[in-house]
Parts: sequence; structure tokens; C-alpha cells
Amino acid sequence: MTVSVSITVNGKPVTRQVEGRTLLVQFLRETLGLTGTHVGCDTSQCGACVVHVDGRSVKSCTLLAAQADGCAVTTIEGLAAADGALHPMQAAFREHHALQCGFCTPGMVMSAVDLANRHPGGMDETTVREGLEGNICRCTGYHNIVKAVIAGADTMRGAPAKAAE
Amino acid sequence: MYSFDYHKPASLSDAAALLGKAEEGKLMAGGQTLIPTLKQRLARPTDLIDLGAIAELKGIKEEGGALVIGAMARHADVAASDVVKRMIPGLADLADNIGDAQVRNRGTIGGSIANSDPAADYPSAIVALNATVHTVKRTIAADAFFTGMFETALEEGEIITAIRFPRAEKAAYAKFRNPASRYAVVGAFVARTGGSVRVAITGAAPSVFRWTEAEAALSANWSAAAIDGLSVKADGLNADIHASADYRANLVKVMTKRAVLAAG
Repeated sequence: MTVSVSITVNGKPVTRQVEGRTLLVQFLRETLGLTGTHVGCDTSQCGACVVHVDGRSVKSCTLLAAQADGCAVTTIEGLAAADGALHPMQAAFREHHALQCGFCTPGMVMSAVDLANRHPGGMDETTVREGLEGNICRCTGYHNIVKAVIAGADTMRGAPAKAAE
Repeated sequence: MYSFDYHKPASLSDAAALLGKAEEGKLMAGGQTLIPTLKQRLARPTDLIDLGAIAELKGIKEEGGALVIGAMARHADVAASDVVKRMIPGLADLADNIGDAQVRNRGTIGGSIANSDPAADYPSAIVALNATVHTVKRTIAADAFFTGMFETALEEGEIITAIRFPRAEKAAYAKFRNPASRYAVVGAFVARTGGSVRVAITGAAPSVFRWTEAEAALSANWSAAAIDGLSVKADGLNADIHASADYRANLVKVMTKRAVLAAG
């Protein structure tokens, strides 16, 4: 038995028939071709698959597409402005060289944007490190990621970001 | 994951009807344990009944001097709730340290206690705060709810609707967590209400348990020092690659002392 799933993905409503067991990450990558969301561990440990569902970060490998029916989902592809200008958090990751291989980056950025949205008064380093516990990076040692998240959050506060749901 | 029929009922009665009709039905709350279990093919339900659309299971409120948390309240909701922070701040703190931010955005209190994982955080709060578990059929006292490893007093098809916590004067949770899974290697929840003290330990044994010696000691003298003279036997405690039974026995003391200090 398939189920009908209607989700607003990056601002565009989509409706598809999917199997009940279809994971949200499969729906995004395989049904919609949005491969910016990565599958790392597939066991909800690594955070490479983090997307926003109704503005809250979730691991899309541990959510059925059907559970997100009726919700608004934002993926890494939905962060930049229509003219291609990077979201402040993306720009900060580039500026601070917060990636090496880049595999964890989409999930890291999505978690960071949610974290910044939940701390409108700004964040110290400890808050950022604790807030990113659900995202694993095996290259950087996290230092530049933390710097980027603090800088990106500062920019987001200064000029409210487009994707701040 | 094996195939199943997915259902998202809008009411408890519809959920119960779907469960009754299913050959092998399974309820899903936040899915943070169930979906990984399904992915590993450790369970094979014919029907998955998602409780996510049932409005009556949501919400956090004060009612008759007690704190009532709907079964489908997410950990992040409990952690951020002004009502919880005002009435039982130690409970908000516990919720804020479950798993990671993404797990807290999906996982629910009802799902956690129905699963009764021996290393889960919430069971210690349910027992130490002497909460009452409300289901579609009845109310179950905390001391009767957790019956063993991954086992509860819930009957087949019995759905948790809410958990009711009496207000405590002092309450706090301390855990020694596994840095990878963030589950409790050992967690201690202490609560004082009137002259009564309850201490519940999670992670250390196959199921949450009350440490009655500590309760007596803290009733006589509410201070971390009251724990110093006690000893915990390692017999029957969990042992795995993360910690031996002896190590856990020591952690029971250390975490209880930290919880008392945190409670103030």
C-alpha cells in the first residue's frame, strides 16, 4: 500500500505516492533528486542527513516521508537566495574554511542554522559545540566549524536570514 | 526495512481501531528508536500506526497543582516549556540532555517510557517524581509501570495519553553519559517532596530502580555527604564494553551525589 505525501520542499509544494517505509532522506534524494542531503551512517548518529521540518532540525534518515506529510521541509538546496547569494551560514563556512572533504557540511550547516535560530541572543563556543553534538565531522577537528557557526550566527542576527523559518 | 502499511489516525479511537484490525500492528510515537529498529529488520509489523497527528496527545500544562505532559510531547518541547521550567526545572534539564538536538526534536516522552530502554533518561524521572502514567484505559503508578528491560505494565494495544507529575520541592537529574550514544551509562534522579525523598537510578540495571538506602539517608540529611557512607552492590548491575558492574555501582553513588548538589 502506498501513501500520498504532500510536502512543501524549499518553498515548492510537491505531492507523490510513496511506500510507507520510504524515509524522508530517500524521498528527497531519490524521488526529488535533491542530493545535497547526504546519507552518512544511516543510523541517526552522524547528522549528514539533517534537514528542517517546520523549522526544526531533524535527521531525515530517521523519519518517514509520510511523517512529514503536510509539513514544510528545507534542505541545503533551499538555503541560498534565489539569485544564488549564499545564506550567511554557508558564507561563514566558506570564509572560515569550515570543511575539508565536505561530506558532513550540508547537515552541519542545517543544524547550525537551527541552532542560531534558537539562540537569537548569540552563542558562545560551548553552546555551539554542545549544539552540534548530533553532527560528526571526521576531517576538521571542529575548530573552524565552531568559528564559522559563531560568525554565521552573528551575521544572521545582524540581518535576518531568508531561511530563518 | 520490511514493507508495512502506514496509517496516521487523527484520534485515539481511530488509532485503537487500526491497531485492533491489524495482523501485527505497531504504534509509533517519535520513531527515534522504532525507525532504527525497523531499518535493522529487528521488527516486522504489518501496520505502522503513527500517533503524530492525534491532537489530544499533545500539550504541556499545569492541572490541579500537577504538571501534565502529553505523551507526544517532544523532548525539545519539554526542555523549552516555561511550565516545566517553572514547576520542575530538573525535568526540563533532563529533557534538554537526551540524545542530540535532532533526536530531541522528534523523540517523545510517551515513546521513551513505553520503550523502557534500560539506559533511557525519562524512566528515572517518572519513578523519582512518583508520576502517574495515564493511558486510554487507566492510570498506572510509577512504581508499577516499569517491569523489566524493555518491558512495562502496558497491555497489548494500551496507548499512553499523558504523564502527570506531582510538583516536587527539589528535583534534579545527573547522568554519566556515553559520549557516542548519549544514553545514560548511569543516571540518578533525586526528588524531595515534603519529608519524602525518592531516588531513581537508570542505566545501571536491566530496568530503572529506586535506591531505597539513599532515600532513607537523604530523608534524614538532605546533602551529598549523606551518600558518602552508603555502598552499592555490583551484583545484578549491567556490565558491557562501556562500564563494568563495579564501575556502574560507583557511578550510582557519584551521580546521586551530583543530583543532590544540582537540586540544591
